Amino acid sequence: MSDLSLPANGTAAGAFSVPSFRFSATETLKHLVLILGSLIVLLPFYVMLSYSLKSPAEIMQNIGGFFGAQEAFRDDYCVKLGKDVADCMVTPAIYNYTTAFHKAPLVRYLLNGVIITASIFFIQVLVALPCAYALAKLRFWGREAVFGLVLFCLLIPVHAIALPLYIMLAKLGLTNSYAALVIPWTISVFGIFLMRQFFMTVPDDLIDAARMDGMSEFSIIWNVMLPTAVPALLAFAIFSVVAHWNDYFWPRIVITGNRDLFTPPLGLREFKGDADGDNFGPMMATATVIVAPLILAFLIAQRRFIEGITLSGMK
Amino acid sequence: MAAISLSAIKKNYGETSVLSGIDLSIAEGEFLTLVGPSGCGKSTLLRILAGLEAPSSGDVLIDGKRVNSIRPADRNLAMVFQSYALYPHLTIAQNIMTPLRLRDLSFVERLPVAGAVIGRKKHRMLHRQVEETARILKIDHLLDRKPGQLSGGQRQRAALGRAMVRNPAAFLMDEPLSNLDAALRIHMRSELAELHRSLKTTFVYVTHDQAEALTMSDRMAVMMDGNILQLGTPDEIYNNPRDIRVAEFVGAPKINLLSGHLDTGGHARCAGVVLTRVAPSAFTDVTIGLRPEHLALCDPSDPEALKGRVVHKENLGADIYFHTAIQDGGSRLVVRASPVEGSSISIGQDIAFKRLHGLAMVFDPSGKRLDLMTEPLEQVSEVA
Repeated sequence: MSDLSLPANGTAAGAFSVPSFRFSATETLKHLVLILGSLIVLLPFYVMLSYSLKSPAEIMQNIGGFFGAQEAFRDDYCVKLGKDVADCMVTPAIYNYTTAFHKAPLVRYLLNGVIITASIFFIQVLVALPCAYALAKLRFWGREAVFGLVLFCLLIPVHAIALPLYIMLAKLGLTNSYAALVIPWTISVFGIFLMRQFFMTVPDDLIDAARMDGMSEFSIIWNVMLPTAVPALLAFAIFSVVAHWNDYFWPRIVITGNRDLFTPPLGLREFKGDADGDNFGPMMATATVIVAPLILAFLIAQRRFIEGITLSGMK
Repeated sequence: MAAISLSAIKKNYGETSVLSGIDLSIAEGEFLTLVGPSGCGKSTLLRILAGLEAPSSGDVLIDGKRVNSIRPADRNLAMVFQSYALYPHLTIAQNIMTPLRLRDLSFVERLPVAGAVIGRKKHRMLHRQVEETARILKIDHLLDRKPGQLSGGQRQRAALGRAMVRNPAAFLMDEPLSNLDAALRIHMRSELAELHRSLKTTFVYVTHDQAEALTMSDRMAVMMDGNILQLGTPDEIYNNPRDIRVAEFVGAPKINLLSGHLDTGGHARCAGVVLTRVAPSAFTDVTIGLRPEHLALCDPSDPEALKGRVVHKENLGADIYFHTAIQDGGSRLVVRASPVEGSSISIGQDIAFKRLHGLAMVFDPSGKRLDLMTEPLEQVSEVA
């Protein structure tokens, strides 16, 4: 009897020794603030996603909850084209997304976005890594002054130099080209700064070892520094890709006529209210399609972010 | 294998001089240790030898050839770093193979896939060399791991493997053992010395640990403030230091130093301590150096006995060191005793000890050693 009751007592004591819940005012407050903050951030996304699923009537009257009733409605544009009304009945969600892809060449825009962000990031890395390496690890006359200039350049807002840049590109005859979208961003001061700070933490011994092994300085950058800098590069990639994928200002300036060169944010303009009024459903569907790759990429990169290749092998 | 010689090496960083004219020749196959406190320039000297740093003036010669303007990799030296400096993203096998790949493979043969096909034979040879080296160092079971997954000792071996695999003219080691724990460090000392004997290659070894220098090297150079103070065998350095700084740096516990003076007869004196041997020079103020093992416990009634009070007792098992205050706390002496004699003595107790004759060292005011002569003396009564 006592043999049986003993373990029961033991577990009970164990459960009590570690309280499963303890109320803490500061923790609760912290979480409340965080929850509020995330609500503010997430609300526009909620509206975007919701509108991309609803019919125009539901959007206008603000009814139908998140999904809307998904009842078929009449597509006026289809009727105008002279088709039979019965053929023009459409389901809101399907209509919004198909219109997004049909009315504007959204796939083409997405492809442009990929080409531009990828080439910007690629060239930025190509420039930033050697610069950062030189600023962090090589001793040369005026290094601190050069780094000072890098820091100074961080302070220059893009919009301040947009006009001179535009004139320069126009004189070179490069407006309305991929080059106009890529060239101004190829040298990222922020990238140089970020990578330089990271390279400062790489032990000098590692570089000396590579020199003893017979690597050239460039070979050290690509074969030693690059692999150890993957976590920092990922962080930079997120900044760079998000900024240029979402950029509306610069493409709007240099891409004037050629719709084949439109980036995804420019594509949103296709649904801007013209004579037949704003078309929020397809517009929000387009927006959803545009942000989806970013969110997806971030979720994938997040893992690598945390794991990363650490320099744990060094110390 | 190579003989290395450094002549008149100077190194300045702006105004500060780190090395002030170092001359050093290292014989073929020798294990030479550069030892000194941190900041003495020993690592800088090694880096100049490796080619990682350029001397402000002076020449580095390897096998008689001037190598000042030759790239580090082309000097055919291998270096082992304190932090091991293994490439964290490569496996141990790839780490060890890196110097070979860079030296023996052409650009095409280094290409990721095509290279392995084009240079098949060479690749196979490199793999064999890596495996051979790993077997010698007993890390052949770790070849597929990344450095992060290894313990300190294993990383140390991998770093050694990366140095060994290219059959260098000389090994340069920059405090390779200082990141290991104490027991492993002592074990690796003997292993490194054995490795040196079996490879018969020149080793240049930098350390701040005088015990490492004494135990491993054929010759050791004691450096301080950018100069080599003394170069010689460990035995010579320990028993016959030419400079007070060398005498102080080498040996643990530290040598006892007593400030004294020379009397008219040339005998160094310090209170109760008077040396039989005479110094030829005319200095009046001198420093007398006595190593703890130059003192032995004795009977208080002994005419030569010095008396002191034990203020600290260090028991190392095989030896016991007593820190004793003499001359009413005026100075301190460390006395070595065997466990048999010393185990019963405790702190606060008064003990008597005497000098073993002929071992004390005398240094002049500038720190140079004064050679003492054993001259028959008239005034025997003065001699203790």
